[in-house]
Amino acid sequence: MAEMHTAPAGAGAGQRLLTWVDNRFPLSKLYDEHMAKYYAPKNFNVWYVFGSLALLVLVMQILTGIFLTMHYKPDAAKAFGSVEYIMRDVPWGWLVRYMHSTGASAFFIVIYLHMFRGFLYGSYRKPRELVWLFGCGIFLCLMAEAFMGYLLPWGQMSYWGAQVIVNLFSAVPFIGPDLSLLIRGDYVVGDATLNRFFSFHVIAVPLVLLGLVAAHLIALHEVGSNNPDGVEIKDSKDAKGNPVDGIPFHPYYTVHDIYAVSVFLFIFSLVLFFAPEGGGYFLEFNNFIEANPLKTPLHIAPVWYFTPYYSMLRATTDLMVNVLAIILALGAVMAILRGGFRASAKIAIAVVAIVAVFLLKTFDAKFWGVVVMGGAVMILFFLPWLDRSPVKSIRYRPDWHKLVYAAFVVFFLALGYLGSQPPSTAGNYVSQIGTLVYFGFFLLMPWWSRLGTFKPVPNRVTFASH
Amino acid sequence: MKKLLLSLLAAFAFALPAHANEGGYPWDRFPVTKMTDQASLQNGARIFVNYCLNCHSAAYMRYNRLNAIGLSDDEIRKNLLFTTDKVGEGMKSVLDPRQAKDWFGTAPPDLSVIARSRAEIGKGTGADYLYTLWRTFYRDDTKPTGWNNLAFPDIAMPHALWQLQGERRAKFVEAKDPHEEGKTVHRFAGFEQITPGTLSDLQYDEAVGDLVAYLQWMGEPSQGTRIRVGVGVLIFLALFVAVTWRLSAAYWRTVH
Repeated sequence: MAEMHTAPAGAGAGQRLLTWVDNRFPLSKLYDEHMAKYYAPKNFNVWYVFGSLALLVLVMQILTGIFLTMHYKPDAAKAFGSVEYIMRDVPWGWLVRYMHSTGASAFFIVIYLHMFRGFLYGSYRKPRELVWLFGCGIFLCLMAEAFMGYLLPWGQMSYWGAQVIVNLFSAVPFIGPDLSLLIRGDYVVGDATLNRFFSFHVIAVPLVLLGLVAAHLIALHEVGSNNPDGVEIKDSKDAKGNPVDGIPFHPYYTVHDIYAVSVFLFIFSLVLFFAPEGGGYFLEFNNFIEANPLKTPLHIAPVWYFTPYYSMLRATTDLMVNVLAIILALGAVMAILRGGFRASAKIAIAVVAIVAVFLLKTFDAKFWGVVVMGGAVMILFFLPWLDRSPVKSIRYRPDWHKLVYAAFVVFFLALGYLGSQPPSTAGNYVSQIGTLVYFGFFLLMPWWSRLGTFKPVPNRVTFASH
Repeated sequence: MKKLLLSLLAAFAFALPAHANEGGYPWDRFPVTKMTDQASLQNGARIFVNYCLNCHSAAYMRYNRLNAIGLSDDEIRKNLLFTTDKVGEGMKSVLDPRQAKDWFGTAPPDLSVIARSRAEIGKGTGADYLYTLWRTFYRDDTKPTGWNNLAFPDIAMPHALWQLQGERRAKFVEAKDPHEEGKTVHRFAGFEQITPGTLSDLQYDEAVGDLVAYLQWMGEPSQGTRIRVGVGVLIFLALFVAVTWRLSAAYWRTVH
């Protein structure tokens, strides 16, 4: 048993209660470790607010979700009507619903920016690999959460979007048809699908999500935050053992983040109160028509945050599969000739490449489209081991690396835009190039991230006081 | 870093004008000022209940929600309550959907959120569409109902407001296809009045504008509250931003 402490003589009731609790639960210890004595680098810039904002949006989604669940009916015959009931008859229901629907888009905006911050400053590099991996898990959960939540209003886009995505699973060889049947619970999207998606959306996925968020924060506070210079602040400590370039999270970053929160809420409210449909991107117009299994909409587009991946799926045509096969074969030949591998490794590469090309040509392009779409997300998990640059932060990388990142972002946005549009020949070529750029960025990273003249990294962070 | 952001912005700027127009008859602009005119909304409700509610329903819209556009329960009961006898009921239609399907080939859709559902990115709002729809009906004897529409070709609904507008014919000309050499396209070249309606053109446009204003309002009856609350929230948040900005700065002044 741990040693029992006693409050000093004459201490107030609050102090005595705290001592009582601290003897039984590490309250003060947790507070110190995660707030008052958690040292964060003092040179954070604006990119560093999105983590706190993501937490804010998560809490908002959970709270508004609880209230929506009180009035929503997960029943194919009643779902659409119950959303309109929330919008019209539940006091302030419209506000709660709009907060939740706008919050979904805000969540993705904040998370995409948060992830891009990680790209810019190498926040996924050693020793923060697990922080990054938990984060990727959160991103996956978020996508599942958004996809299943979007079915619940039971509009045309809800219905047909779910139909299209669940059908993709049927492209998986051998187990596909049974797998999609298992997900749907029926041969078409229907009441059974709505009920299970509701269950996943309100309890299963949020539980996993919260666990991952806790793990993400615990891992982060164990290793400490990275910063825009990519310098480890724990390398320079003062006499008391605190990082000289660090600053206690509370109060410095709490007041800083509250400021960020207020700015975020201002922008969020602009959309929420004056354009809750987000121009048809946050709430799609077609979704104000109740789901009709007999009437397929002319143009089915997923919500904006999925469109980059949807573009990659559509880009994977037979032509694209041939291109991939050629790239794979050339890559294998290059690796064998120039890679400097041992003879056994060369044989292994050749065998793997031949099998891969064979498989590419054996299965349907639709299946590879699903693989490409899934791979585009899964590849993020490997980022810590793909990046071989000697420095973390983009500040000390060769200037042309910035162009590589810019190209990546431009193509990612272009893929997102094209995914929201009806398919076109020109658009499809651009998405095919975009898909190659996206995967090239990651798969060639072990090579390009080492090239060029790197700038000297300072020992201490660069900081100009406010 | 700044360069990176600038190049991102530039990429966005290039992406936007490439927006594909869905094609079809271009939509007129609905006069949005009608949304703040209570008399227009009330007149729209009157037209809606008299002309639309016979076949269409607006099941999610309760009659007494009309209080919000200045109609009392008594006024509603006396003038607008044709399909039910309780003001708390939804606006149901008396038409049997199965009969409707036999008559028109399709059941008339519920109109509660019709204005929200008909918007198109790059083309206009749902109100623009409805405003155009009601001003582009014409006689077409090749159709089962005898009516056709420019905004909604082959529409199953006959011109429900024909007594107000009168009957019109649409003139079409064969014009050269600008995209393909040697081909012609069937192009609309104006309407021709056959029989007069009870309203003048101007009065008809006003009436349709009122109807569409009502439909737009009915799609989201809380939209007025939403905007009023929004203004208050933004004023509060603007002050909050100022306070938190100074608070943060006060703490960070001591950090060197």
